[in-house]
This record gives sequence, C-alpha cells and structure tokens, in this order.
Amino acid sequence: MIETFDAPADAAPDGLDARLVVDRGTFRLDVALAVAPGEVVALLGPNGAGKTTALRALAGLAPLTGGHLRLDGAELDRTPPESRPVGVVFQDYLLFPHLTALDNVAFGPRCQGTSKAEARARAAEWLDRMGLADHTGAKPRRLSGGQAQRVALARALAIRPRLLLLDEPLAALDARTRLEIRAQLRRHLAEFEAVAVLVTHDPLDAMVLADRLVVVEHGQVVQEGSPSGIARHPRTDYIAQLVGLNLYRGEADGHTVRLDSGPAITTTEVLSGPAFVAFPPSAVTLHRGRPTGSSARNVWRCEVAGLETHGDQIRADLTGELPIAADLSAAAAAELDLHPGTEVWATLKATQTHAYPA
Amino acid sequence: MSLTDGAGAAAGTLRGGPRRRRVRMSGDRGVPLPLLVPALIGLAFLVVPLIALLVRTPWRSLPEQLTSAEVWQALELSLICATAATAVSVVIGVPLAWLLARIDFPGRGLVRALVTLPLVLPPVVGGVALLMALGRNGIVGTYLDSWFGVTLPFTTAGVVVAEAFVAMPFLVISVEGTLRAADPRYEEAAATLGASRFTAFRRVTLPLIAPGIAAGAVLAWARALGEFGATITFAGNFPGRTQTMPLAVYLALQSDPEAAIALSLVLLAVSIAVLAGLRDRWMTPG
Repeated sequence: MIETFDAPADAAPDGLDARLVVDRGTFRLDVALAVAPGEVVALLGPNGAGKTTALRALAGLAPLTGGHLRLDGAELDRTPPESRPVGVVFQDYLLFPHLTALDNVAFGPRCQGTSKAEARARAAEWLDRMGLADHTGAKPRRLSGGQAQRVALARALAIRPRLLLLDEPLAALDARTRLEIRAQLRRHLAEFEAVAVLVTHDPLDAMVLADRLVVVEHGQVVQEGSPSGIARHPRTDYIAQLVGLNLYRGEADGHTVRLDSGPAITTTEVLSGPAFVAFPPSAVTLHRGRPTGSSARNVWRCEVAGLETHGDQIRADLTGELPIAADLSAAAAAELDLHPGTEVWATLKATQTHAYPA
Repeated sequence: MSLTDGAGAAAGTLRGGPRRRRVRMSGDRGVPLPLLVPALIGLAFLVVPLIALLVRTPWRSLPEQLTSAEVWQALELSLICATAATAVSVVIGVPLAWLLARIDFPGRGLVRALVTLPLVLPPVVGGVALLMALGRNGIVGTYLDSWFGVTLPFTTAGVVVAEAFVAMPFLVISVEGTLRAADPRYEEAAATLGASRFTAFRRVTLPLIAPGIAAGAVLAWARALGEFGATITFAGNFPGRTQTMPLAVYLALQSDPEAAIALSLVLLAVSIAVLAGLRDRWMTPG
C-alpha cells in the first residue's frame, strides 16, 4: 500500500478543487474534494450516501445547487457535460450496444472533431493497450464482463480527460474476474497523469485502487486519509465494520476509556478526553463461566445474539454490557456449545486494543 | 431464516381459501357458460365477416379484376400516399416523440393528449378540421395559397396530409413508448464523451430505438393505407388523383360488387402481412 499525505497540496492550480452541494428534497450532499493530478481518490460509503450523486455532479449530469467546481484552474460549474474534459466509466459500462468495441472507443474522439480514420486509429491504440486488440470488431454483447470493463475504460480515456470518474468500476464483475481486473485497473490508474476519482462501496477496491480515501455517509465526508490510516483509526461504525474492527467512543482518563453507554475499556495508551477504542474481533476470547485465571484486563458478561461463518472462522455477535463482534474457530465454537441466547463471558487483553483521540 | 419464512408464507397463500377455489374452477369445472357463450359470439363476430369475404370472393374472375387499370391505379396511389404519409410522420413524429419522452416541459400532459386526439377523433371530423386549417380559405391555407400558390385540398398531396394527420399519432405513441423504455443513461454516456444532445440522439438514441420506429412506421402505414373519412373529406374522390383503395372499394360496391370484394381482399392481405410483420413485437406473450 502506498502511503500518501492525508491532505493534498492546498491551492494547487492544477487538479480538482470542488465543493459539491446538491440539494434534493430531504437529501443534501455537501462534499469538499481536492485532488492533485496523478492522484487517485476513492469516495467510499454505504449505498445511498451520495457517492454517485457526487460523481454525477462532477460529470455535469446532476446540477450543483451550491459550492464550486474547478479543474486545472478552470470553472466548470456551468459547463455542460459534453464540454467538460471529464471521462466517465459507468457502473454497468453503458457501452453503446449497436457499435463495435472500436467504434465505442472512437465515439469520443469523433465527437471532439477528429476525422473518422484518425479516431479509429486512436481507438485501436487504446484497445491494444488494454489487451483487447483481438476484440476491436466485437459488439458489446459478445464481450465478457472484464473485457467490457476495459473497453469502457478505453472509451473514457480516449477523450484524454483531465478528470477520470469511475462509478463502482468492479461491481459488475464476478469474484474471479474482479481480482484480475482490479490489478489491471490499478496499473492503468497509476499510469494516468490527471485526476482520478472512483466511487465504491467495497473497501478492498478502494484500498487497492486509491491513494486516498474519502468516506462519505449521509451526504457528508466523515473521514478521509490514506487507506492504511483509515484502516487503523476508523472514526465511524461504518468504517469500523468495513475494516473489520470493533469500535467504541468514550471519554479517556489514563488507561481507561469510559464508554458513553456505561462500561469501561482498559487500554495501553494513556489518553484524556474524547477517544476511540478499536480492537479486532479475533482479539476477543469467549468463556462459558466467569473466567478466573485470565490475565485479561477487560471482562464483560454478554449474550450471543447471532452466529455466522466468516471465512474459516465463526463470527459471534454479542449483546449485553457491550455489543461486540468476536471471532473464534469452529472447534472452539463447538466446544463452547454456542447458540443464540447463550450467556458468555468475553475477555480482551489491554494490549490488543488501540485507543486514539476522537 | 427469512427464506423459510417466505416459503411458509407462499405455502400459506396456496393453501388459503380463495386461491384454491379459483384454481379448481378453471381446472375441474371448466369455463362457466355465462362467460363462454358471449366469448364465442365475440370471436364469431370478428371472424365470420372475414370468412364471408373469402367465401364470396369471385376466385375465377379475380385475376382479371386485380389486373384492371382502375384497381392498379387505386392500389398504386394508395401505396404511394401511405408511404409518403408514413415518411412525413417519421420525419416530424420521431422528434415529437423524443420531446414528449425526454424533455420535462410545462403542459407536457396536455401536449400528449393533443397528439393522441386524432386516434379517437372521427376521421371525417379530422378531414373537416384539415379543411378549416389548410383549405383554400383555411387559417393556414390562405397564406399557402397567396404566398406560395400551394393548394392542398383535393390533390394527391392532400391525400398524404389527411393520411399523415390520422396515422402520425400511432407512430408518436409507439416511438415515445420505446424511448421511455430505452435507458436514457446512454445519452448521458454520449454526453460525457463530448456528444451534443443532437449528436447523442442521432448516433446513439436513434439506432437504439430503430426497432420501435420501424414498428410505429408499419402501424402508421397500415392506418394510412386504410384511411377513408379524412381523405374523402379533405382530398375528395378523384380516380387517379385522390381515389385510394378504400375509396375505390366504397365506390365499386355500388356499381361493381365483385370488384369491391377483390379490392377488399387485397387490403385484407396487406393487413395480414402487417400483422405477420409485427407478430414478434406484439403477439409474443409478455
């Protein structure tokens, strides 16, 4: 994973500088974005968070009701989509079904006034670069998902955009193709010299493809930073779930963080004031009786609310003093004879927790 | 959990009272007579006249009837006028359909109602209305006459106008439906690639909705070919100039019934051909 700055260079003349405000009845999107050329930023968030609206606003397909949009110093707020130097890879690609792969890619250059022969030559070059030289004459319906994705990328890049937008670029692919296309897409994005913004609800896609994540919930930016920084220090339940951590917010006093909901967690860090505590589900140990010989500093009485398989582990959802997700091996789960309603004791070593200021 | 709940609910519905009775009614006890009898009468009502036409067709003299100069004249005029009316409908009807489907303007509902009105308007009324608009003294016709020396009533061009007036709504409604079903995001994708709205329409939307346009054109053509009321009112009934097949049939029925039947047979054949051409679009269930 590439470590980058948490904030891009301020007031850079080049790149994207935007504050996207879109009011739509009860929903309000208000997202500030600053992206330097060559940087890849992922808008990550749950469905309905406003990610796609933000993307459409950048492309000019949804009008801004406020804020501003500057790309390489030029105001784009009032520019219609066809006049913006913006390329879009749509979620389901939207390849024109009546045109061959070559003509799909040549469409943009043609609209920009390039002659037919030259547009096709340029399109062939792009398809070749995507490893699709053998599929130039194929209609979209005869392309596999991965091929269609690459044609869509070639089509968006063929207009030489200064801003490349990708809407859930890997969502339409099956798991196996996804792995391969994700690696290819990462390579193409690394080569792209202008601004790239992608929208995804998949944390893995975001972390692999992007240099920087902007997490959007309810139309607002809730956290932004490098993938590793966000994975280590989640600030909302949504992100904590995405990166597979238990996350609590409370008031720190020395080695103790007293949670807003009552119980306290003992940590190794010394903090004071509002703080987050995070720990992985695998750090939690479950016992049927109250543990006596345990050296763990944190002990809670809980009840099993649900069980599900999670890879080769069993994920137990616990309620009670503290809602916790705990991972244990299938053998351990069988030995403890866990089922919904079982009363258990959860222990957690202070060294397994990670506390940081809120 | 939710899966078993769903299955349970579905099973419950199947076991429930009303559902079961209805299933048994069609399965075990057959169709009730109060429904079967009118249904069969309805079917006969639609089919018997067509059979009668075939039964009474003078098959022996048919080749002679169909090769007569009057029949050919009327047939040729009909085909030319219906095709021209369809062409007019496509050229001005497709943009109108696009406007109705894609642009949200105030009064769109009213405009759509006005476009649909000729579908339900008695064609004779359409003919009278056309005379008031495009007749020599009509509100537009006056100027056509004095500025360009163009008169439409009682000319072949008038036949095309009358047929287009009656047939175009079929095309507009059909194309608008196709446009609404087509994904407008293709036009957005074209816009992000630098296409103006018109370029997007011409290079993306038009090819995508071509089947819908073709179906609408066939429908409009069939309607134009059979047009009677508006044509005879606006364009009159002059052999070789404005006398189309339906007018010829009507006229022949009074003097030469065998010729009328022969002409009707030709129109019936055309109708069946149209239906066959559109069967993939309309006759397949779902």
